Amino acid sequence: MLLIHCPHCDEARPEIEFAHGGEAHVARPLRPAEMDDAAWGRFLFFRANPKGMHAERWRHAHGCQRFFNVLRDTRTDEIAASYLTGAPRPDLPSAPRPDPEAAAAAPSRPEA
Amino acid sequence: MTAARVAGYGRIDRSRKLGFTFDGRTHLGHPGDTLASALLADDVMLMGRSYKYHRPRGPVTAGSEEPNALVGVDRGPGRYTPNLRATTIEIHDGLKAESQNHFPSLKWDFGAVNDMMSPLFAAGFYYKTFMWPKSFWRRVYEPVIRQAAGLGRPPKAADPDLYADRYAHCDVLVVGAGAAGLAAAEAAAISGAKVMLVDEQAEPGGALLAEIRVEIDDAPAQGWLAARLAALNARANVTVLARTTAIGLYHQNLVGLVQRLTDHLAEPPEGAPRERLWRVRAKQVVLAQGAIERPLVFDGNDRPGVMLADAARTYLTRYGVRVGAKPVVVTAHDWAWGAAVEMARAGASPVVVDARDTVSSALLAEAQALGVEALTGWTVTATHGRLRVKGVTANPVRGAHVGAGRRLPADAVLMSGGWTPTLHLHSHVGSPIAWAAEREAFLPAQTAKGVRVAGAGAGAETWADALGEGAQAGAAAAADAGFDAAARVYAVSEGLKPTGRRMKEMASHLPSSRQRAFVDFQNDVTAKDIRLAVQEGFRSIEHVKRYTTSGMATDQGKLSNINALTIAADALDKEPPQVGLTTFRPPYTPTTFGALAGHAKGKLFQPTRRTPIDPWAEANGAVFEPVSQWRRAWWFPRKGESMHEAVLRECAATRERVGLFDASTLGKIEVVGPDAAEFLERIYTNPWRKLGVGRCRYGLMLGEDGFIRDDGVIGRVAEDRFHVTTTTGGAPRVLAHMEDYLQTEFTDLRVWLTSVTEQWAVIALNGPRARDVIAPFVEGQDLAPEAFPHMSLAECRVCGVPARLMRVSFTGELGFEVNVPARHGRAVWEALWAEAQKHDGLAYGTETMHVLRAEKGYIIVGQDTDGTVTPDDAGIGWAVGKAKADFVGKRSLARPDLIARGRKQLVGLAVEGATPLEEGMQLVDDPAQPVPMTCVGHVTSSYRSAALGRPIALALVENGRARMGETLHAPDPALGPGGARSAVICSPVFYDPEGARLDA
Repeated sequence: MLLIHCPHCDEARPEIEFAHGGEAHVARPLRPAEMDDAAWGRFLFFRANPKGMHAERWRHAHGCQRFFNVLRDTRTDEIAASYLTGAPRPDLPSAPRPDPEAAAAAPSRPEA
Repeated sequence: MTAARVAGYGRIDRSRKLGFTFDGRTHLGHPGDTLASALLADDVMLMGRSYKYHRPRGPVTAGSEEPNALVGVDRGPGRYTPNLRATTIEIHDGLKAESQNHFPSLKWDFGAVNDMMSPLFAAGFYYKTFMWPKSFWRRVYEPVIRQAAGLGRPPKAADPDLYADRYAHCDVLVVGAGAAGLAAAEAAAISGAKVMLVDEQAEPGGALLAEIRVEIDDAPAQGWLAARLAALNARANVTVLARTTAIGLYHQNLVGLVQRLTDHLAEPPEGAPRERLWRVRAKQVVLAQGAIERPLVFDGNDRPGVMLADAARTYLTRYGVRVGAKPVVVTAHDWAWGAAVEMARAGASPVVVDARDTVSSALLAEAQALGVEALTGWTVTATHGRLRVKGVTANPVRGAHVGAGRRLPADAVLMSGGWTPTLHLHSHVGSPIAWAAEREAFLPAQTAKGVRVAGAGAGAETWADALGEGAQAGAAAAADAGFDAAARVYAVSEGLKPTGRRMKEMASHLPSSRQRAFVDFQNDVTAKDIRLAVQEGFRSIEHVKRYTTSGMATDQGKLSNINALTIAADALDKEPPQVGLTTFRPPYTPTTFGALAGHAKGKLFQPTRRTPIDPWAEANGAVFEPVSQWRRAWWFPRKGESMHEAVLRECAATRERVGLFDASTLGKIEVVGPDAAEFLERIYTNPWRKLGVGRCRYGLMLGEDGFIRDDGVIGRVAEDRFHVTTTTGGAPRVLAHMEDYLQTEFTDLRVWLTSVTEQWAVIALNGPRARDVIAPFVEGQDLAPEAFPHMSLAECRVCGVPARLMRVSFTGELGFEVNVPARHGRAVWEALWAEAQKHDGLAYGTETMHVLRAEKGYIIVGQDTDGTVTPDDAGIGWAVGKAKADFVGKRSLARPDLIARGRKQLVGLAVEGATPLEEGMQLVDDPAQPVPMTCVGHVTSSYRSAALGRPIALALVENGRARMGETLHAPDPALGPGGARSAVICSPVFYDPEGARLDA
């Protein structure tokens, strides 16, 4: 279970208090009517889904009810930063990983 | 008698005897015994039957990795636990254990015919053997397999035990209280850090509990251990938990622990919880899980009496049980020589068969001094005996040639292929491992943040290394947690670092196809099965695992994974790291559902939300249904009435006179602020700016993708105040949706949202007499049709309490919804109820509400829609404000897919026959077409209509509105092969299509 720092409450709280809100920094277009189908489709359905540092929205659903953003490494689930909605994404590199040979020996994660 | 207690050995308390039964026979053991050690002391080696072949099996280990000696323990009704490992069960007076997976008895098992037919049951036999004829699967093969498969039997009664849970925080959590874990805990404890030390065994100490030769800090290991534990227990900043398994390591150092509290007690205290689940958030974690000895793979290596060398040593030194008088030790590793020497000192006559041509002269000298015969450069090619091993065939090996066999008598075979570091918890968080060629084992490559691995789990092979690395890990963990810590050095008297060789199968003159050389004991997977899987094209170790079932049972491959990998790598002609290990997942050892559920069962599983009117409904005989977390009155049966009869009566009374309905569960959100109308304008499809104060409008909410998410009536209470209602189940979701846009997109708007679902009790009155019932109680509002028409809202008083009165209808009849503060809900309901009695009215439940709304074609979001339905699909395109520039979802409504022809549209179905269709039934044009049929739609709602006197249904049908009057068919297997119901497409508004009754 993740421990998430809510920047509004300024406390690290367990994940069960929060609701995930999808990728951050995906702004709703100001004039949707002027967008063609392809551009609107990209806004609706296309997300980065990185293996590495991911900026994502969380809502403190069982706390202050407010949205904020988190930088989380999707490989390690390490949370590098949490920051207010509207603030720019902090410039943080992904955590370094071991050499590829060692990584190749990492347990695979198949469906199952 | 070949196995026996030996005087002078062990930590057991020989001054006390404990009586227990195994398969009905009484045995005696001592405090400190496990079920396995006490049975071995009574010369009982046969403890179970294997899963597939029903082969006789005895314990192969002395710990929680045991695959064979699985037993059931009966603690009374509902308290039978199957598949417990005899090697970890502490005995107590009155313990009742029994063996499993046999008929009629453990010694004579009918299922053992499977063993004779083993050529039929090779890897993948399920997929090959039971394919033909196809019809046999359901009637013959599956029932037979289900009967034969499985290990223990589940208990029949509900579990009456109590399970507790607890949260904890600490600076350093140490998993495993062996040498490394103790040293880590000590180093961290001295620094002042808050330390938790947990161990799965009944007493902390790990492998030290079986160590009787080594001295640490000039004290015998046992004495040193007792002193260290006493010192740790005396510290206020240290918590030591025994009988506590760390089942999983999760994100950010959350560790799940299961503590077993009472199973080891003869008389558990009344009301004491059986187990406790701990969720510990540790700043730092030290994993000292130790290592597991590797079995060797040779023909007959599963016969009772064949066990790991260190297990035999442990039975002797920890439990005082010598497992055999004539043990044959089979190995390619120095470790096993220690076991041979210890057995010889305890009066046994061991023979060592070592696959290596040369071993160290010191080992040989020590063995010879004790009269141990050593055969180096030899192999074992067979074992003999049925219910217990009687001998082995050993053969000399010269290069690739296996010479003539020599039969050695044996009452125990002790094997060792070296050690496998335990990396389970390390791997739970996805941390990588790397193959250490010189140690022929996987070791941690990089640990997660705040996690360290120490001791045998990190590859330590001596006590000095384990203690030293443990101390360093503990000190470093405490330092990272903010304490001033240092690692100390321990003085250990011990011999040379043992070395050895990794083995695939032991050499044999027989090909692997003619051997019964087991890799996974519990699942009966042999080396032949692994090689067969590779030969049949499986390349990934994950696929080999699933095809052969190796590593899939209750022990999750703790013994077998590394041998399966070694053999698969050999068959693939690759190195082990190129083939890789399968993924470790929590829990580390089998965990009870009770521990995981804790208190969250029965009434405490989830909260039951009740409306203020719920007690009245209960007193008046309502049948309830759960809706989200609410319990709602479903219908109100009169004596002897069926649901069908009650609902028809409730429907008729409401349409003809008046019905009362508790609508308090409706979601309610107060939307307030100078920009409230503009906010709703953007969130809902409908226009709101021009809605007058005191007026209501149906609101339709879409997702940004254009599909219906929720709906409800919204009333304007004031210029800057709206009373928004949502579906019962949708309330939290709708509020979150609104908050999302308000906080992150429409930040220019001054609007505040408040959930008021539970603040208002809502009583709906429907029917031609509704006005007559409510009128006597209303102050401050004229209810005449001209003064208070359909879709009006007024703040007034009802029964003397402040109310929001709305004239709305979800039935198609004249309707009012009275919102009063929740604390007045019951009193207002009772007053209206008494008045309704004068008009021969009644209370109705959710089922009648559903029927009445379906007769009018009113949709229920989530029943008639499924997240892929647009307003036009649902036939409510009129609710979309065409002139609006933008609202959430508007742009998507113009996407090509959403305006394409052939979309499913909501229609009514005039059902033929007297019984309603099943909701969810698929609809086809031609019921005689071959399977798979082309489905053109499905039934979303289906009821008996009292007003129409026949069944009705709503359905989503491709191009449905253009197909009025056409007949569709609903295939129904219950009507026999080819059976189908038929129905004619019609308008979804079945009743009063002009809506005249609304305006009464």
